[in-house]
Amino acid sequence: MKLQYTIPADDFTRAGEASAAVKATLKRLGFPSETIRRVAIAMYEGEINMVIHASGGEATVDIFPEKILMELADNGPGIPDIDKAMTEGFSTAPETARHLGFGAGMGLPNIKKYTDELTIHTELGKGTRLCMVVNVAQ
Amino acid sequence: MTVRELAKTLSLTVLNEGDLDRAVTGGYCGDLLSWVMSRATAGDAWLSVIGNVNAIAVCVLADVSCLILCENAPFDEAAKARAATEGVTVLRSQRTAYDLAAAIEEQRKGM
Repeated sequence: MKLQYTIPADDFTRAGEASAAVKATLKRLGFPSETIRRVAIAMYEGEINMVIHASGGEATVDIFPEKILMELADNGPGIPDIDKAMTEGFSTAPETARHLGFGAGMGLPNIKKYTDELTIHTELGKGTRLCMVVNVAQ
Repeated sequence: MTVRELAKTLSLTVLNEGDLDRAVTGGYCGDLLSWVMSRATAGDAWLSVIGNVNAIAVCVLADVSCLILCENAPFDEAAKARAATEGVTVLRSQRTAYDLAAAIEEQRKGM
């Protein structure tokens, strides 16, 4: 099963709709709750990153019985230093995002924590593509 | 202890009613959303002063049992609407997160 979403730009109110929809679908399909939680959190962090840093983007989710694949692609500025971005506490989020409770510098670290595989393709000035895999708990 | 029992014992105001019969299995305090998603566990009562729509999203995704807004923190209209749609229990108290956490733990130990 393939699900596709457009993540809106600069809209913190609507960010989370895609991950909530994915969560609902996985629940309906009967996936284990811990698997659903990991997928939902990783996807939400990705969505928020796209809203904060990249004027939105596209999300594709492929659901298989043994694993969930998520691909988040944007046309944002790219990530200059992935190692830094992967460090807990490092954030370049603007003040507006921080006032809402974001900008803890935990986005990518959280994604890594909750996924089994994470690949980041990024090019400065072109955009970023995150490929995430969550294996289904047996 | 269920969310309903917790709300009653600690005299919490129910701002939105979700599954009040859900068990409160622990607690987590914090206002940085990603931090909460990283550290809170499913079933926790989440104590925070963030009452916006993103906090409700975090409740859904992190699968906490309820959100308790401490120190009478505001709960905005968009958050109210989202909490109602998603069935997230939101409670409120004038007490601090520290006070509430201590009280919750006392209750949990006594049960």
